[in-house]
Amino acid sequence: MNPLRAKALVIDIPGRGDGQPLDFTVEPGQMWGVLGPNGAGKTTLLHTLAGLRAPRHGEVHLGEHSLTELRRRQISQQLGLVFQERQDGFPATVLETALIGRHPWLSPWQMESGDDERIARQALEQLDVAHLSDRLVNTLSGGERQRVAIATVLTQAPDTWLLDEPTNHLDMHHQVSVLQLLTDQARAGRSVFMCLHDLNLAARWCDHLLLLYPNGDACWGPAEQMLVPQALERLYDQKLITVEADGAPVFVPVKS
Amino acid sequence: MSRPLLKPLLILALASLAAMVLSVGTGSVSVAPGQVLAVLLGEGSNLQQTLVLELRLPRTLSAFATGGLLAVAGALMQVLLRNPLADPYVLGLSGGAAVGALLAMLAGLGGLIISGSAFAGALLATLMVFGLAHGTGSWTPSRLLLTGVVVAAGWGAVITLMLAISPAQRLPGMLYWLMGDVSYARSPWPALGFLLLVCLLVVPLGRSLNVLARGPMQAAALGVAVRPLEWTIYILASLLTATAVTMAGSIGFVGLVVPHMLRLVLGNDQRLILPACALAGGTLLVLADTLARVVIAPEQLPVGVITALLGVPTFLYLLYRSR
Repeated sequence: MNPLRAKALVIDIPGRGDGQPLDFTVEPGQMWGVLGPNGAGKTTLLHTLAGLRAPRHGEVHLGEHSLTELRRRQISQQLGLVFQERQDGFPATVLETALIGRHPWLSPWQMESGDDERIARQALEQLDVAHLSDRLVNTLSGGERQRVAIATVLTQAPDTWLLDEPTNHLDMHHQVSVLQLLTDQARAGRSVFMCLHDLNLAARWCDHLLLLYPNGDACWGPAEQMLVPQALERLYDQKLITVEADGAPVFVPVKS
Repeated sequence: MSRPLLKPLLILALASLAAMVLSVGTGSVSVAPGQVLAVLLGEGSNLQQTLVLELRLPRTLSAFATGGLLAVAGALMQVLLRNPLADPYVLGLSGGAAVGALLAMLAGLGGLIISGSAFAGALLATLMVFGLAHGTGSWTPSRLLLTGVVVAAGWGAVITLMLAISPAQRLPGMLYWLMGDVSYARSPWPALGFLLLVCLLVVPLGRSLNVLARGPMQAAALGVAVRPLEWTIYILASLLTATAVTMAGSIGFVGLVVPHMLRLVLGNDQRLILPACALAGGTLLVLADTLARVVIAPEQLPVGVITALLGVPTFLYLLYRSR
């Protein structure tokens, strides 16, 4: 697979200084978490990495090529993105929604085959929404929609997963099963790069972290080096108590 | 996947055929459906031959083409704007065409020049709406729709002004044109050919349109080249509208109601909806035109009045029931 690379990347957030240019590579098998307070630019970073927004400076590479040299179709065969916000425009069923994940793999004249449908149904099964296949997506709950969105990218089967708050709206059981699914993807040699709100989920599941500060500063590296209480307290502007549970640090906010 | 697409299209195709046979057979001298088919196959008396092939069939085909063009244009615009309210009439395209046509009529020009002027007006209106809505940023559906609605209101004012200052003897023709009327239509074949071409073109574009209906970001993430696709839809929809309006004046409502009704029944796969719109829109207008010729025979009503009178309650009923 072609690893995703940020090269001297500065994301374009109007009215903000350049801050620290980003230089990192998401290697196969890695699971990255992006942490930062509201408005730090996590979503903008994800969209820039997916080539949906132009960076202010620097480049994003997929393997040897800059994203700007690749066609959207080529990018979408390697890179999948789970959005935080979704438009439903016209109502579609859960199965139809998952099936659009096959779009990058079908030529214009091809109809979805039985194989494509099987892939989509398997993905829905894995995210525990197969029983909703014939329901209209706009009638589902927030958590169910979130799982359908993840199933769509699973149907797309990209080498690199970008996810914007994948655990949003999910109950605890489904949060864990989604993160487990992403871990399995990473173990299979793919890579995962996601924004997370929940510091403790990131500490538990990610092997690499990128801390994004509201002023554009950033630092990144292996998770154990990034999980420094002082750095996290500065990141969220919140005093934290650190305890250890099940071999991972757990951060609890101090009541003011 | 392909078999469930074929069945509704087959039913709609049969319905359009039935509507056309009915339309051709109805009039001051009625021709039974069996005889209509016989004439189409080259039999029947001379009188029937002339009546069916030269007088009625071209008009019926024109009505079919106009309805189909408008419905497909409406459906395309709805995908482009991701809004079920979009249609050529609402977006002011028909208004622009009307101003073009009325200008030509006011100048005392006739025939082909009216058509050309209407075509130019429709294209100008599209350019204006999309250009203004684009502004310095990008197209946002709500801004496009709002721009279209406001521009349409502007065209409305210009039309009223032109009617107010026109000499009285030109008014009836102008009013008929404004309300939509297929009796002035020339040869239906170019429009029918264009409609068929678009329906074929939509087959390879269809899945991309389905993805685009999920929003431009999602579509880009799934490999759709969004900008070129949006321009293609926009140009196609404008040409479809311009062709329809040029042929039959400004007929509202078909572009709004037909796609919406079909979406309620058939779902949202554009590969099915767009050809279905061509057939259902055509059928609707053929039936409306037949009614327009019969209701107060030997006088004729403008077909746009019929589509609105029938369409409004049907649409409201469907909408009321669907919530």
